[in-house]
Amino acid sequence: MTHSYRVVHSGDSRSFPASHAFIEQADAQGASRIFVGEGAGAAFAKAVELGACPFVAVELGHECLGVHTGEQKGHEGSNVVGFARFRLGRADPTPLVELVRQPQTRDAAIAAAKAAFEAAGLKVAVCGDFPGRIVDRLVRPYLNAALRRLDEKLASAEDMDKTLCLGLGYPEGPISLLERTGLAEHHDATHALYLALGQEPYAPARRAQVAKAREGRA
Amino acid sequence: MSEIKTIGIAGAGTMGAGIAIVCARAGFRTRVFDLKQDALDRARSQTEGFLRKSVERGKLAGEKLPEIMAQWSGTTRLEDFADCDLVIEAVFESLPVKHDLFGKLDRICGPQAIFASNTSTISITEIAGGSGRPDRFVGMHFCLPAQLMKLVEMSPGLATSEETLARAWTVCEAMGQKPVKTQDTPGFVLNYFLIPFNNDAIRLVEQGVAEAADIDLAIKTGMGYAMGPLELLDLIGMDTQKLLCEAMHGVTNEPRAACPPLVKRMIAAGWLGRKSGRGFHPYADSKMYGA
Repeated sequence: MTHSYRVVHSGDSRSFPASHAFIEQADAQGASRIFVGEGAGAAFAKAVELGACPFVAVELGHECLGVHTGEQKGHEGSNVVGFARFRLGRADPTPLVELVRQPQTRDAAIAAAKAAFEAAGLKVAVCGDFPGRIVDRLVRPYLNAALRRLDEKLASAEDMDKTLCLGLGYPEGPISLLERTGLAEHHDATHALYLALGQEPYAPARRAQVAKAREGRA
Repeated sequence: MSEIKTIGIAGAGTMGAGIAIVCARAGFRTRVFDLKQDALDRARSQTEGFLRKSVERGKLAGEKLPEIMAQWSGTTRLEDFADCDLVIEAVFESLPVKHDLFGKLDRICGPQAIFASNTSTISITEIAGGSGRPDRFVGMHFCLPAQLMKLVEMSPGLATSEETLARAWTVCEAMGQKPVKTQDTPGFVLNYFLIPFNNDAIRLVEQGVAEAADIDLAIKTGMGYAMGPLELLDLIGMDTQKLLCEAMHGVTNEPRAACPPLVKRMIAAGWLGRKSGRGFHPYADSKMYGA
């Protein structure tokens, strides 16, 4: 079963900043439509005749899919899905695509979109239309807690990283990970979640705030 | 600084038996105490079984097996710890039980002996308060399974002397383990981060954000973790997670450490994880709880 699709580019794409099989395999006559880039939502809003597409996928930033498709008392959903390839700050994109569905999104559209991403070697996790989707929702509180506990001298940065790598088999400890992928970038991601969810564990930790402030001065 | 040659392990459960393997394998005279003889017999048999497999896998020279087993001895009499230079406690997480144990040990062991607790959630300072020798008391938190995991969280209590920490650190390295220093706070480093992280993953399921399989896939693929949080919870067991939550939340009051209602419902349903054949994922090859 092939899932041919057209790609509509609208500015820089955080999911596909460089050449990738998923983009290369696009077909100008494809039946489905993929909107990529920072202007994906706006381009989707202007597009017409999407109802017959097996699926329509809109690249998301921090926002919910409902921002682009609208919501109707919990009955929202069509052939449109949202997606974002997970990447932590400045790190390269991972093979993970978080595929966003609304309550009534058609199962066939989800299956078709999933198959298209997987055909390009990506792995797809399906989630509801919630701020932070899956990975950010889980790792941002953990990373904030690590930064806070570093300030509180729970352990040195090196010992904290070593403990989590040796004890849980994590490939990299939280402090090293944040230093490598960007504390200011962490600030932006977790601040967006804090605004959306209003929960304290998402409030940017002091070290992330400092990094953001210094970035503004540079 | 006196040399540590004989180590006592109090408690022959999974954790104590694993720590005893680490000690005996490193050449220390290792004495394991438990009130129940069958627990000691099981620990000894598990130790032999583990070492035999290590030999089969080429990780241990065959002639080392009897040497290591000769270092290992079990006892139901705490008085047999009289000549121990270090006692590591690995009994269940109850402050009164630990105080009672260390109170007795303080009368039995020589003044040079240092005491350590493998607790993962109770304050080292509080346990040391009932030991009669808080200056010679330290936290040594091994990871499960101790015989395979290298990490040991070393936590000094408020009164722990620098010499005690240094002696325990040295013996830990001599065991071939990798010590890290942490504050004496609930969960130390590992559980402080792990328990709330796992709870957050459970809440994503509760709130319908994603299915368990999608959450595990996302974390493994996005973060490169070897296991997803819900797979790990199935391994730990919902009953254990509840106990860990209660111990940590009871001290810290941190909302993320509070046991999610879904855990309690899963326990009521017998969905404990791998050990019952069903947790967040089904395990067809495991025994079904209550079946």
